Amino acid sequence: MSVKYTEDHEWIKVDGEIATIGISAYATKQLGDVVFVELPEIGTDMEKGDEAAVVESVKAASEVYAPIGGEVTEVNEALEDAPETVNASPDGDGWFLKLKIKDASELDSLMDEAKYKAYCESL
Amino acid sequence: MSELKKTALHGQHVDLGAKMVPFAGYDMPVQYPLGVKGEHLHTREKAGLFDVSHMGQVFLTPDDKDFATAAKALEKLVPADIRSLEPGQQRYSQFLNEDGGILDDLMISRLGMAGYEHVLYLVVNAGCKDDDYAHLEKHMPNNVKVSVKDDTLSLIALQGPRAAAVLACLNPDVEKLTFMTHTDLELKGTLDTPVWAHVSRSGYTGEDGYEISAKHEDMVRLVEELLTYDDVEPIGLGARDSLRLEAGLCLYGHDIDTSVSPIEAGLIWSVQKHRRSADAGYLGAERVASDLADKSTKRLVGIKPDGKAPAREHTEVQDVDGNTIGEITSGGYGPTVDGPVAMGYVARKFFKAGTPVQLLVRGKPRPATVVKLPFAPHNYFRGN
Repeated sequence: MSVKYTEDHEWIKVDGEIATIGISAYATKQLGDVVFVELPEIGTDMEKGDEAAVVESVKAASEVYAPIGGEVTEVNEALEDAPETVNASPDGDGWFLKLKIKDASELDSLMDEAKYKAYCESL
Repeated sequence: MSELKKTALHGQHVDLGAKMVPFAGYDMPVQYPLGVKGEHLHTREKAGLFDVSHMGQVFLTPDDKDFATAAKALEKLVPADIRSLEPGQQRYSQFLNEDGGILDDLMISRLGMAGYEHVLYLVVNAGCKDDDYAHLEKHMPNNVKVSVKDDTLSLIALQGPRAAAVLACLNPDVEKLTFMTHTDLELKGTLDTPVWAHVSRSGYTGEDGYEISAKHEDMVRLVEELLTYDDVEPIGLGARDSLRLEAGLCLYGHDIDTSVSPIEAGLIWSVQKHRRSADAGYLGAERVASDLADKSTKRLVGIKPDGKAPAREHTEVQDVDGNTIGEITSGGYGPTVDGPVAMGYVARKFFKAGTPVQLLVRGKPRPATVVKLPFAPHNYFRGN
């Protein structure tokens, strides 16, 4: 299963027609301790670039944007009680939401792991 | 943009791995590798070391060496009673404008050293200090000298339950100080040459602890010494903010500014009884008196969001029917409370602890409750 990244540090993993979305380890390091995550309603229809979630650290609130369009099929409810999971496991248990992919070609413009790594190093 | 100023401890912050940010014209550490939450909790459990050298330090010295001369002059600018200050005592107050709006809040100390008991020492906010100095120059009579010491003096805070034990290793006399008193003494520990310091038992975290003023070059050595203690961690501005918010302490420019009076800001405790009348003789006294009489003013209160979502500054506060009743002025996550905490202004009829309110966070009304401040209990040392 390939992982792709956005310039805003969201990651997206595709499994068939479902994509799982979270934020990268780089992003969690910048944010610091995550204390709250606001997740969208299941069934919400999103366009690429829409606000998909909000992640609050001790310092500030930051938006998480949908890397591609789609309908929200699942959200990680465990984050409500344990937002620190985002810091502990940003690319695993700290996932945010799942989308039913609308247009798979929107994935093409995203960065692969090597490109994203280079991108972070350039920041 | 003009170049950021650096405190004498700037190099140490960088060496410690701090993330530096611009704050009030200075390049200051917002956090160290421990992180805001870790730094906050460390301060509540052990001892945190803060560089607050960006704050202004200024002395008021009367020519006639009579304390009453300086005290009377300063009493024209602040609501607090200054004349009754004993040598070695300090008080919190505010500079008010003619309309009773808060220009800045500050600490006022009467020096305790023999031969200097007529001198007042003020610590003011970094962001306001240039205006404060101009305000003092304008209003102090010719026979009271205003000496700004930012070019020579640094200021640090050592805060937390282990602060006294650590600082006592450098001079056991610091343990004798009680909250809001201060002294001048040598700090030694393992230093080759002792550091002459002004040490006050006060702070901005709600914890026991000290604020320490010393010359720039001495402060660099003192900080090196203090950081050798396992109980001491350097703490950035991020945790300084979350600590003071949990302690229910106002931050100038957020919870207080020229648009509010000390009464609206809940600072009546800092205005002694005989200073509450319209003819008390200081700038803004009429407003203080009228706000006390007028039940229609707003009040600064603690607000506890019921859920986990933090409510940040400028969040709208509503009554349970959705009518606007105020605004959050400081809000975030409190690591000690392990949940969201906030302060803000509400119309006076909603200011009682226990009043249910709503916070409009990202368009969604979320339940919250007006609560008594502080969120984390004060642990000041008031004597055995």
